[in-house]
Amino acid sequence: MNPLQPIVSLQSVRRSYSLGDVVVEALRGLTLDIAAGEYIAIMGPSGCGKSTLLNLLGCLDRPTSGRYLLGGTDISSLDDDSLSEIRGRRLGFIFQSYNLIQQLNVLENIEVPLFYQGRSDKEAREIAIGLAKRVGLEKRMDHKPFELSGGQQQRVAIARALASDPLVLLADEATGNLDSGSGREILGLFDELNAAGKTLIMVTHDSSVGERSHRIVRLRDGQLESDNRR
Amino acid sequence: MLAIGEGASYEAQEQIKSLGAQNIIIRSVKPSEDQKVTTQQNNSTLDYGIKYEDISRIQATIPGVVTIVPARVMREYVWNITVRVDAEVVGTVSWYPTMRNHRVAEGRFFSEIDQLAGENVCALGSEMARRLFPMETPLGKAVRIGSQYYRVVGVMEPVSRAKGDDTGQSSAQQSVDRMFIPLSTAKQRYGEILFKNRSGSFERERVALHEVTVKVDDPSKVIGVSLAVKDLMERNHKKKDYDVVVPLELLRQKEKTKRIFNIVLGSIAAISLLVGGIGIMNIMLANVTERTREIGIRRALGAKQRDITLQFLIEAVLLSGVGGALGVLLGVAIPFAVSALADMKTIITVWSPLAAFTISALVGVIFGLYPALRAAKMDPVEALRHE
Ligand SMILES: Nc1ncnc2c1ncn2[C@@H]1O[C@H](COP(=O)(O)OP(=O)(O)O)[C@@H](O)[C@H]1O
Ligand SMILES: [Mg+2]
Repeated sequence: MNPLQPIVSLQSVRRSYSLGDVVVEALRGLTLDIAAGEYIAIMGPSGCGKSTLLNLLGCLDRPTSGRYLLGGTDISSLDDDSLSEIRGRRLGFIFQSYNLIQQLNVLENIEVPLFYQGRSDKEAREIAIGLAKRVGLEKRMDHKPFELSGGQQQRVAIARALASDPLVLLADEATGNLDSGSGREILGLFDELNAAGKTLIMVTHDSSVGERSHRIVRLRDGQLESDNRR
Repeated sequence: MLAIGEGASYEAQEQIKSLGAQNIIIRSVKPSEDQKVTTQQNNSTLDYGIKYEDISRIQATIPGVVTIVPARVMREYVWNITVRVDAEVVGTVSWYPTMRNHRVAEGRFFSEIDQLAGENVCALGSEMARRLFPMETPLGKAVRIGSQYYRVVGVMEPVSRAKGDDTGQSSAQQSVDRMFIPLSTAKQRYGEILFKNRSGSFERERVALHEVTVKVDDPSKVIGVSLAVKDLMERNHKKKDYDVVVPLELLRQKEKTKRIFNIVLGSIAAISLLVGGIGIMNIMLANVTERTREIGIRRALGAKQRDITLQFLIEAVLLSGVGGALGVLLGVAIPFAVSALADMKTIITVWSPLAAFTISALVGVIFGLYPALRAAKMDPVEALRHE
C-alpha cells in the first residue's frame, strides 16, 4: 500500500433509503479522504447522517452510489462474505452501548473476532490476555460483562476492537453512556492508541469530546459542512 | 412402543411356529346349541367330530399331504399310588413329537411297535411327571388310569405357556398337562364312546378323533391344501362339528396385524417428531429474535452468514439431541418396566435407540435450519440497532 494514498477515501458517496414512495437521502455526495494515523471526529446535529456514514465506513452497509476505497480496495464491488472478512480483519468497532456478548467472559469477548478468522485457540488466548492487560483489565479476565462497570465494559470493547490489529478503529459515541471520569479514561486510551499509530474515526455530538481529536468533520443534511484540521 | 410391538408379535409368531407352518390342524368341536337341536334326544349319544374316514379321504384325495397325525383326547385322573393329577390323555401316533415340534426330554416317545401291539406305554408331560414323581425319575415306573397301568417310557419337554396355547382355547385347558399313549391302546381301552359328566347329568358323546394334524410337503401348498380339506370336510359333515386351523394363515394374519401396528406406531412417532420439530423451530425462532443484537455484534466482528447459520444449527441440534437422549433413555427404560410389571415380552432392537437418536438430531437440523437461515440473513445494521 502506498503510504501517501489515503487509508479511507469516499468519492461522491450517496446513500438513500426508500420508504415506499418517499426517498430519504441520508448522504448526498460526500467526498472525504482520511490518511493513516489520523484522529478524526465526525460531528453534526441529529439526523445529519453521522450513523449512516459510520455504517458505510464500517462496511456494514454499501453506498447507493459513489465509491468507497478502504486501504485501496473498492468496497462497493464486494460480496457479503468479503465484507465480513474486511470487518473482521481491517476494522474495529466501538459502540456507545459497548455491545459485549453477555454469556461470554472478558477474554472470550476479546477473542470473538479472532475466532471468525480461524486463529488457533492458543494464539487467540495469548492475544486476548495481552490486550486485557493493555486496557488495564488483567484482574477481570474471567468476569462476565454484567460484573463490570460501564468504563470497564467499554475497555473490553476497545480490546476486542484491537484484537485483529485493524487498519481503522470506528467509535460511535463511545463515551455517550459513561460518567465523565470513565469517559476521560476512555479518551485517554484513544489518545494512547492514536499516539501508537492507530487511525481513529469517532462520531460524537459532544464538542468537548470532539476537541480531543485532530480533525473535526461537520455534516449537515448529508453533506460536508466543514472540515477543520488542528 | 416399538419394543412392546416387537415383543408382542414375537410371542405370537413363536406360538404359531410351534404349531408348524406346514401343518393344518383339524379339531372336533361340539356343535353349537342350535345345530344340536336336530339330533337332540335326551339321554341319547351325541355323535360328532372327526371320523376315521375323514383321514383316509384326506390322504387318498388331496395331493401334497405327507403325514397325518390323529389324536383322541380324554380327560382323566392319572395316579401314581396316592398322588393324583388331572390330565388330558392323548391317544396318538408315534410321529406326533416331530410333527408338533414337541420334543422328548427324557427317555423316548412310544414307538410304532408299541402302537401296533397296543401296548400300555405312555410319555408324560413334564409338569405331571414332576408332580407324580417328585423325587425320582418316572422312566420305567407305572402310572394308573382307572384300572389300567401304563409304563412310562418318556417325559416330554416342558411346553411354554405360548406353545401350550396352540388351540386358542380357554386358559384352563392350557394348564392341563398331556399324557401320550398309542392311539391303538386308547381305542382298545376306551372304545368309541366317551362319557362326560356335565352339569350333574350324564351325557354321552361319541367322538372318534379329537384332533388331526395334516402335514403338507411344501409350505407354499398349505393354503391350497387347507381349502381342499375344508371343502372335503364340509361335504362329509352335515353339522359344523369340526374346526380347521391353519397356523400359516394365522401367521400371515399376525404379520399383517403387526404391519398395521407398526404403521400406526410409525405414524404416531412421525407426528410426535413433527410436533417436536415445530417446538424446536419455535424455540429457535424466539432464541434468534432475542439474540438479534448478538447476531449484529458477531456480524460486525467478522462473522459470515454461514458462521451464524452454523452457530444456530448447532444449538438446535444440541437441543433436539438432548431431547433425543432423554427419549432414548425412556425408550429403553419403559420396555424394561413393562416387561417387569406386565409380564409382557418386549424386544429392543439394536438399531431403534440409535435410529431414534439420529432422527432426533436430524429433526434438529431440519427444523433448526429455517431459524438459523433467518438469523444469518439479518441486516447487520438493523440487528445492531435492535432494542
Ligand atoms: N434504515 C433507515 N431507513 C430509513 N431512513 C433512515 C434509515 N437510517 C437512517 N435514516 C434516515 O437518514 C437520515 C440520517 O440518519 P442517521 O445517519 O441515523 O443520522 P444521525 O446518526 O446523524 O442522527 C435521517 O433522516 C434518518 O431518518
Ligand atoms: Mg445516530
